[in-house]
Amino acid sequence: MFSSCADPSTLQGLNWLMCYLTTGKHLDFYWSFVTVLTLLAVTAPVALAFGFGGAMLARSHHLVLRIIGKGYTAMVRGVPDIVFFLFFVIALDQGIEWVMHQARCPDWTDPIRNGLEFRVCPQAKVPPNSAAQVWHSVYGFALAVVTFALVFGAFAANVIYGAMQAVPRAQLETAEAYGMSQGQVFRRVLVPQMWIYALPGLSNLWLILIKATPLLFLLGVQDIVYWARELGGAKTSAFSYPHPDWRLYYFLGLLVFYLLMTRISEVFLTRLQNRLSHGQATAAGEAQRKAAA
Amino acid sequence: MSCLQTIADYGLRSMGIGERLLPRADFTLCQQFTLIGSGMIWNIYFGVLALLFGFFFANALALAKAARNPLARKPAEWFIFVFRGSPLFIQFFLAYEALVLLPRNGIEIFGITAEVSWLSRAWAGALIVLFLNTAAYSAEIFYGALRSVPKGDLEAAEAYGITGWNRFRRVEWPTMMRLAWPSYTNEAIFLFHATTLVFFSGFPAFRQEGDALYYASYFVDKTFNPFVPYPIVAFYFVILTLALTGVFGAINRRLNRHLPSNERSRVKLRPQIIR
Repeated sequence: MFSSCADPSTLQGLNWLMCYLTTGKHLDFYWSFVTVLTLLAVTAPVALAFGFGGAMLARSHHLVLRIIGKGYTAMVRGVPDIVFFLFFVIALDQGIEWVMHQARCPDWTDPIRNGLEFRVCPQAKVPPNSAAQVWHSVYGFALAVVTFALVFGAFAANVIYGAMQAVPRAQLETAEAYGMSQGQVFRRVLVPQMWIYALPGLSNLWLILIKATPLLFLLGVQDIVYWARELGGAKTSAFSYPHPDWRLYYFLGLLVFYLLMTRISEVFLTRLQNRLSHGQATAAGEAQRKAAA
Repeated sequence: MSCLQTIADYGLRSMGIGERLLPRADFTLCQQFTLIGSGMIWNIYFGVLALLFGFFFANALALAKAARNPLARKPAEWFIFVFRGSPLFIQFFLAYEALVLLPRNGIEIFGITAEVSWLSRAWAGALIVLFLNTAAYSAEIFYGALRSVPKGDLEAAEAYGITGWNRFRRVEWPTMMRLAWPSYTNEAIFLFHATTLVFFSGFPAFRQEGDALYYASYFVDKTFNPFVPYPIVAFYFVILTLALTGVFGAINRRLNRHLPSNERSRVKLRPQIIR
């Protein structure tokens, strides 16, 4: 990256380190941090939406909807999340191709699942075989996002369902006594009051989501773990500079990155918690009121 | 080949007993159930031992974190922050990379050469990581419980002249356990879930002896069909979770047996501590 790096005689000490850390492969490594942050930024709101939907379904008066919602929220309780990560990515991929296959090649006669193979007609491949490499990466990333959102949506649904139950019943009854309809009670009373009860759980979930991002590596996305292994290893495909096994240092770097993310999030979430407690009928809100008075 | 024969061949495959080669084609449901079930031995091994050792270390850590002396408090706080603040996945990688850097010929201590290569094997290395990890998470739970021991209990103990170690052993510690137990049950369940990460992180499976998820993903790689092996893993884990809830629930009942029934804390599953 720097012109001085072209001259090998100057490569010593700090100067060497600077040049080493700015090679093309390292710039790819730094970009993969952006991948992780993008995943966090996209997944968090989508998972929240999934969780909200799941909690609403679980509260529904309609039996079938309620069973779907409860099933979704119960999904993550007994089974390790990593099983879902591995399962959904393949299942979604095959599901999409199967639907495309049904739509585009109705007169294809060969069985799709033939022995040890899963074969759809060429037109049903997603993304198409001719697509550029970048689209394959984008597709892989999108699958990962949907998988994360599905799993974390289930966690969020648990939290939000609990929070909706925690809103004092008297508040809802008062709203009903004023003649509000069910929808109005939900929108104007339940949802605004719910957040303060949901926040501790959701904060926890956010910290968990940060800590789950290395699993992207298992889903085949070239994330920070992938690059740390490639750049640190002594004999890998990203091998550009002969060095012994430095993976330990790269992983120490990742450890520091995650610890920093956790710390920053904790500070920010504590502030948010104080902010949201303002004027609420909870112990924290009461403490704020007393401190001000 | 009958199913009983399969169980005899592969039932203990994950420990290296029985048939050496994994099945390569024509996978039957029985084979998948047997091999994945045999992999569960590893999950249970990691979970039980890490939980057992971690319990004692966690107690010590919680006490250290609650201590007045900063020499005890600060290291405990840092330890808990590092292990709770970073992904277990990265911890596994880091531990593996650190352990393979140990000299191959062993370390000389007082003229005796200590063999260290076994540390980089999963059964020891991953167990150490899981032990430290669960100790940190449990310590935070115990610390929280220790802080919420009712003031009245402590004052009552003092009124009876019970102080120091006696007060801790007979009043504080039992109450701390009782308060912490529902959260600790969750921690135990999610520790067992976390054991599935072992063979997907740095630690290689020696002679294809892996855990349940390792065999499940082996089948998925071979058949390209995720709809059978993964639900089997899920099935085993649901059973394991139910068994754990049963055991921990029984302990919880014993811890709470002196309380009137409406004041007892129930064990509730809250999926909040994956790592």
